[in-house]
Amino acid sequence: MNIVVLIKQVPGTDNVKMDPKTGTMIRTGKDNIINPLDENALEEALRLKRSLKNVTVTVISMGPESAMKAIKEAIAMGADGGILLSGRAFAGSDTIATARALSSAIRKLWPVDLILCGERATDGETGQTGAMVAAMLDIPVQTYVQKLEVGDGIITVERLVEGGFERIQVKIPALVTVVKGINQPGFPTLAGKLRAKEVQVPIWGPEDVGLVPDEIGLKGSPTRVVKIFSPKLSRDTIMYHHDNTGRAVSELVNFLSAREIIV
Amino acid sequence: MDVKEYRGVMVLGEQRNGSIHRVTFELLNRGRSLADKLGVELSCAILGDRVDDLGEVILRGADKVFHVCSQDLATFLPGPYTRALVQLIQEEKPEIVIAAATTTGRTVMPLVAARLGTGLTADCTYLDIDPGERILLQTRPAIGGNIMATIKTPFTRPQMATVRPRSTRPAPRDESRTGEIAVKNYGDMLVSLTERFLEFMADPSQEVNIQDADIIVSGGKGLKNREGFKLVEDLARVLGAGVGATRDAVELGWISYSHQIGLSGKTVSPKLYIAVGISGKVQHLAGMQTSETIVAINKDPDAQIFQVADFGIVGDAFEVVPELINTLKKLKAGA
Repeated sequence: MNIVVLIKQVPGTDNVKMDPKTGTMIRTGKDNIINPLDENALEEALRLKRSLKNVTVTVISMGPESAMKAIKEAIAMGADGGILLSGRAFAGSDTIATARALSSAIRKLWPVDLILCGERATDGETGQTGAMVAAMLDIPVQTYVQKLEVGDGIITVERLVEGGFERIQVKIPALVTVVKGINQPGFPTLAGKLRAKEVQVPIWGPEDVGLVPDEIGLKGSPTRVVKIFSPKLSRDTIMYHHDNTGRAVSELVNFLSAREIIV
Repeated sequence: MDVKEYRGVMVLGEQRNGSIHRVTFELLNRGRSLADKLGVELSCAILGDRVDDLGEVILRGADKVFHVCSQDLATFLPGPYTRALVQLIQEEKPEIVIAAATTTGRTVMPLVAARLGTGLTADCTYLDIDPGERILLQTRPAIGGNIMATIKTPFTRPQMATVRPRSTRPAPRDESRTGEIAVKNYGDMLVSLTERFLEFMADPSQEVNIQDADIIVSGGKGLKNREGFKLVEDLARVLGAGVGATRDAVELGWISYSHQIGLSGKTVSPKLYIAVGISGKVQHLAGMQTSETIVAINKDPDAQIFQVADFGIVGDAFEVVPELINTLKKLKAGA
């Protein structure tokens, strides 16, 4: 069984810089990490590798060359290999252009039985790319998955939805996006770290996955950032300072009574 | 793609067990104002088997309802829903398609956008029309902090966006409105050969209904630890309020995800929102800034939460909140 896990390197902190001209992220930070939900996706792949025979886990990431660190970390955690999609032409891709690049890379690895990804990334928070990849590969997709069982040519998933969960069966190949509750991600092992040093991770550019520059990056993106701005938050705020807690609290209670919120 | 061929605003309504879901009326509120600005029709797509009360969708603002009717659409499956919506969009050619950022909307919209090769913006908090360009302006909180991004889809159609449930009020009912209900039958193309719905299991613990609470007391990282977070729960108990939390508080394991408020959690709009030890990142504000009254308690006088607050106390939550609890308790005892 061939499993592909899509991972994204994201800033470890919330301090992300934006390019004021293009409105896209500047990704050069040092404290980059694997997107936490992608670690759940990887762990699920590794769980299947432990419990089934002949499972190969390949991670794919798109990003700057520094994203190699994320792939190596995934290998240290137990993935068999990885591929980095990188190059200037990919920069500025929106979710459609990103999905186009990722799906082209996956197609090159075909046959693939299962593609796993995190439900969303902590930086962009769109949660769109996984489903878009599935659409481009024309395979079934299940989102918000909290439990996954592999059967003969099918998978059964529990999908977390409003007010409960659904059980759904889909044929593979399929793409599944996972939520945090699906498992507890493991850690890199010493043996894994040593192996990660050995494993050659190819870097693929657009031409390697059969794409021309117009199909990816800003040019291949249907959306454009018009502007970025700090929100104007406008309420007339009554402020009290800490020097007299009792006074501040009684003023607050008066304020809430006046608004008939508490009686 | 000739963008001029596309005209009108379409919202993707939702039904549960054949009843129109409330989020549909919220979408109609957003859609109506966009359609009026453009001077075009507002349509509402409802995918399902038998659906009651389609007339209600007209009274709440739609000019046209497209009921794509099939037993294959009774429950949500990505394949049939995507095929139905792609077909409908190709027939009707709306310039804008808006759905709710529910598990359904957030799944089907990327699939449809990818099939149509058009753009999609997730979790918009504000939608508007650029009058010069006649184009949809999609505004959402962006990356990590205190920034909003406005996004457009200039060259492809339709322009697609999802919006947070509860981020708008439902459109009011207008008994005088009239409109057309059209039933679409797409036949066998909706049958799924690759997906099978087995069952739905209700999980009450999953759905802490803070979205229906009149008062919410919410805590963030400023409460320092799980023990500190209990302050928020104590205050909520005195007020008969729901308990909310920031993403940080949830990720630190102080409370479960179903209490998370903000971009990656729930959107709430209670009568009173009390933010304790919350700095007020855009992601959090996106989930609560439409609350009627907002009270913020924070040590940092420059915390952004104060900018959306009606009443702010700069002070130590560990002093202010116990004092507030005492005062409220006395008030209750006196009454």
